Amino acid sequence: MSEELAIRLRGVVKRYGPITAVNGLDLDVPTGTCVGLLGPNGAGKSTTMRMLTAQSIADDGELDVLGFQLPRDSKQARAQCGVVPQLDNLDVTLTVEQNLLVFSHLYRIGRQDRHDAIERSLELANLVDRRDTRVDKLSGGMRRRLLIARALVHRPRLVLMDEPTVGLDPQVRQQLWALIDQLRSEGTTILMSTHYIEEAQRLADTVLIMSHGQGVARGKPSELVMEHAGSEVLEVYGPPKRLAEVESEAGAAGLKTRRTGTSVSILGLDGRNGLDGFEGERRRANLEDVFVLLTGEEIA
Amino acid sequence: MATATRSARIGRLERPALTGVLVREVVNFSSYWRSATFSSTVEPTIYLLAFGFGFGSLVSTINGFSTVQWVGTGTVATAVLFSSSFPAMFGTFVKYQFQRTYDAILAAPVDTEELVTAESLWVATRAGVYGCVPMVVAVFFGLDPTWGMLAVPFIGWLTGLGWANFGIMVAGFAKSIENFNYIVSAVLTPLFLLAGSFFPLDNLPKWAQVLGELNPLHQCVELVRAAVLYGFEWNDLLRVGVLVVFALIMWRIAIHAMERKLID
Repeated sequence: MSEELAIRLRGVVKRYGPITAVNGLDLDVPTGTCVGLLGPNGAGKSTTMRMLTAQSIADDGELDVLGFQLPRDSKQARAQCGVVPQLDNLDVTLTVEQNLLVFSHLYRIGRQDRHDAIERSLELANLVDRRDTRVDKLSGGMRRRLLIARALVHRPRLVLMDEPTVGLDPQVRQQLWALIDQLRSEGTTILMSTHYIEEAQRLADTVLIMSHGQGVARGKPSELVMEHAGSEVLEVYGPPKRLAEVESEAGAAGLKTRRTGTSVSILGLDGRNGLDGFEGERRRANLEDVFVLLTGEEIA
Repeated sequence: MATATRSARIGRLERPALTGVLVREVVNFSSYWRSATFSSTVEPTIYLLAFGFGFGSLVSTINGFSTVQWVGTGTVATAVLFSSSFPAMFGTFVKYQFQRTYDAILAAPVDTEELVTAESLWVATRAGVYGCVPMVVAVFFGLDPTWGMLAVPFIGWLTGLGWANFGIMVAGFAKSIENFNYIVSAVLTPLFLLAGSFFPLDNLPKWAQVLGELNPLHQCVELVRAAVLYGFEWNDLLRVGVLVVFALIMWRIAIHAMERKLID
């Protein structure tokens, strides 16, 4: 049963005093797929990630990772997982290669395989000619690539990535997407948390949208868009007073809307033409529409 | 089920996990050994010069030994204390709070118990080596080399193990790095002065002598002097026992403190 699911969570609850960070979460990550955990800050994504390595212990629910029951057998699961943390925790006074060497020991790679493992990671992350550079001399994008290389040094069966591109320039982000996409195409199972819609849409086979510690929708990005936002959206611009009118008129016509700061988006316009009186731009619906609709939150 | 046979159940305190953490420390040490060695060498030399010549001009012998013999052996404990409790306190706090190193290590197949054990073994080993520095310096100022000196790194290691775990424990309970001031002023300074490194405890009031006997640092001083100056006696086994018990208790509390801090 566990072989098809790399991760299986059922009814997982995590409380911090009066705050319930994760509130009855179910999550399946089928082997060989990339699943995106999408949610605003505070939705419980990072707590979920920490529970998967038993750095947070769930108050309730079942957690299975690679067929191992957590937290009891977490150590075996961790031996076969790679973790890319949200916050950079490289050893900054060491070189690129020394960082990988340390982790080849922590992940118990035998002496005879160590050299090859480090070389492979350097090549994968395109850091071969930086092997002797100290980490504090690397650019932000290179440090992030090294974090990923470090997580892959022992050829893990499952990779956990917590906000892998947070805080990076757009072009650096695209480099990393290419790297993650390469892993995915090689069949590595990936669970990735993100609050960047585009990241989830591009990389994830399936997405779980989280809000307030719960999963509120799951499925393929395209199917989620079709189900919740339809195929097309009318985006109406105007002063705040006008936007409020648009919202109430669209609501009266049975249409869903969402605010996007300077505009109102009217969702679910498949084949409807009864929208006279609204001046706006038609565009394809996207995952962001679904996200805002379901979580009620704007994203950066 | 396939999962049961894929890998054997992984136990506690595994050697690969300890090795992994130790390798990280050794590789890191290669980037800062100069400064660590400098401070560990210069500090005891200054103590030796200040007390050796300062005191030495007032008193010719302490308990029948020259000031170089007395202070050169006594400050081994001081060096062990400084090179174990301080790196353990600050190093642990920095690795936890600022560098987030422990998040990365605990995501690997390493448990908190293994992490604390390996870190304290590493700090104790450093302390065992650096603890010998005052004695070696004293040799240049006239302390006669003896075979017993070969036991000193081991005495320093055992003492350092307790103080390394003490430092990790303090870092585990501390809310901020400023909290260390309380420990340094209220615990480390009195114990360091009441260890018998600089003056014998025999002339102190009875209560201070009793406290001194409970001070692990005093046991270290006595064992080093026995090794270097006057040879071991049977009651030195008791002193070793005190150090072992101290290290064991601190080790378990340090693990508990770090589990509370690292696993939520």
